[in-house]
Amino acid sequence: MLKFILRRTLIMIPQLFLLSLIVFVLAKAMPGDAITGAFAGDPNATEERKEELREKFGLNDPWYEQYGRWIGNAVQGDFGSSYMYKQPVTTLLAGKVGNTVLLALFTLIITYIIAIPLGIVAGRWTDTWADKLIVTYNYFSFATPLFVFSLLMLFLFSFILGWFPIGGSVDIKIEEGTWDYIVSKMEHLFLPVMSGALLATFGTIQYLRNDIIDTKLKDFVKTARAKGVPERKVYTKHILRNSLLPIAAFLGYEIAGLIGGSIFIESIFSYPGLGQLFLTSIGARDFTVVTALVMILGTATIIGTMLSDIILSIVDPRIRVE
Amino acid sequence: MKDTAYLHDKQLMAKEKVNNPSFMKTIWREIKNDKIALGSLILLTFLLLAAYLSPLFIEQADVTRVYMGNIYKAPSADNWLGSDDGGRDVFGQLMLGARNSFTIGICVTLIAGLFGLTVGLIAGFYGGTVDNIIMRIIDFLMVLPSLMFIIVFITIVPQYTVFNFILIVSAFAWFGKARLIRSRGLAERELDYINASKTLGTPGWKIMFFEMFPNLSSLVIVNMTLTLAGNIGLETGLTFLGFGLPTGTPSLGTLISFARNPDIVQNKWWVWLPAALLILVMMLCINYVGQAIKRASDARQRLA
Repeated sequence: MLKFILRRTLIMIPQLFLLSLIVFVLAKAMPGDAITGAFAGDPNATEERKEELREKFGLNDPWYEQYGRWIGNAVQGDFGSSYMYKQPVTTLLAGKVGNTVLLALFTLIITYIIAIPLGIVAGRWTDTWADKLIVTYNYFSFATPLFVFSLLMLFLFSFILGWFPIGGSVDIKIEEGTWDYIVSKMEHLFLPVMSGALLATFGTIQYLRNDIIDTKLKDFVKTARAKGVPERKVYTKHILRNSLLPIAAFLGYEIAGLIGGSIFIESIFSYPGLGQLFLTSIGARDFTVVTALVMILGTATIIGTMLSDIILSIVDPRIRVE
Repeated sequence: MKDTAYLHDKQLMAKEKVNNPSFMKTIWREIKNDKIALGSLILLTFLLLAAYLSPLFIEQADVTRVYMGNIYKAPSADNWLGSDDGGRDVFGQLMLGARNSFTIGICVTLIAGLFGLTVGLIAGFYGGTVDNIIMRIIDFLMVLPSLMFIIVFITIVPQYTVFNFILIVSAFAWFGKARLIRSRGLAERELDYINASKTLGTPGWKIMFFEMFPNLSSLVIVNMTLTLAGNIGLETGLTFLGFGLPTGTPSLGTLISFARNPDIVQNKWWVWLPAALLILVMMLCINYVGQAIKRASDARQRLA
């Protein structure tokens, strides 16, 4: 067990190194550097002055020295500064990360609230009308593209019915910390969260349904039935305990999907989070922000996957073989 | 005596042929027996025929030309689905966009399929250390937030063309396929026909592509149909965000991206809504047909 955890953690080191190397190469390939960015629109900046500064900040050093310096700063939380917002990237991110985490967290919670009961019903009462209905819903959620669905939700509920605000994360006029503030925040979160969650249920429902159908026929379940365990208990105590635990481990795998989803959702619902920041920064060629975002979110997915692998190996010893 | 034995063998072989319909026949039988799948296939064929044959009836240059006096017209007899910000006919753009999106989806699926197939076959055929190295790399690539990377690549690529777009998207779409083919390939390499071929001295690439691959082809076909829909969704999504097809090549995503303006979402629904619904219908149809093909590839799941 300990050996597996140790080995799995060690794999992360080359992964993080590779990620940082790719991001660094990409950053170098992006047109312009920190100096061109800082002097954008400044008529007093001559080429000589810029070249002088490049020398001073070490932008003419060999790449491995630059890489070393960049990664050293990044580890300490210094990603340079954004030329568009004229403030350190870290400060910029700190203002947005809360919104995205909130969005992702609620999306996850709602996904499981919808998916787990549906998966259990579909698995327990296979081939009934309820199961068929759930399988149909699952098919739709798998086939529908997220951005089309979110747009249709926005159109229907915000524009036609007018039930929800059309964008933002909170009404501007409301004071922070009051009850109204929380209500307003929830109103703004509702549609983005539902759009993400209704489509994200696919994997969990599919997994639960199949797993319950498989487990139903296992010997230990037959034994339980033969001993006269009531049907309800067969499910809660024997089958579900087996099938539900791995779901806890899938949490980390969801991170990559949530990041991809947040780019679309935040853009459609004009929700000020990291996804929207990523799009505006790349549109404005503010590459220090882009690099920092790719590096941070890439690290988040690598760590998330590692945690999931470890939790899964604790829950299900069969996969520990490797 | 020899002749009769020969004849007998031939009869047996012929009989086996009758009993083993080709994969295409199995697929057709499966689709025929599933009314919704059949309906999806017919609808999809109709949509694609309309999109690909539309140049015969609609002047393409006409569709992309700007008419300043005709901006944001509501649907009428002249413009079936109204017009957009440049007075261009939305219906014409819809057909053109559907064609471009579908063609690009196919291209991405084929190129990504080729990448995935090659890498998967190599890992599966050689196994051992080669497999180990390839799989560690794929594990890493699968973890990356690929949407962000695609967008970054699209922004920094020096000459941005449709072909580059297809390559960039394909470069991030083959990991799952390689993994799938590799796992089946590992099982296949233990079988006698591969060992026999190796003993005869057939070169590795020949065994991989001419002996192993035909035995995995149904798997590849199923996987490609199922990912086709996803790839069309990815292309239109990227175009929607403004990182897809270069301007001048309309896609369904181009029409939907008008919806980033609240005024258009609410008051000029005819610009973006038809494209959004068309994508939805196409995705649902392709996926449904894909499910039927998937069932056809697995004898235990067949309905027919």
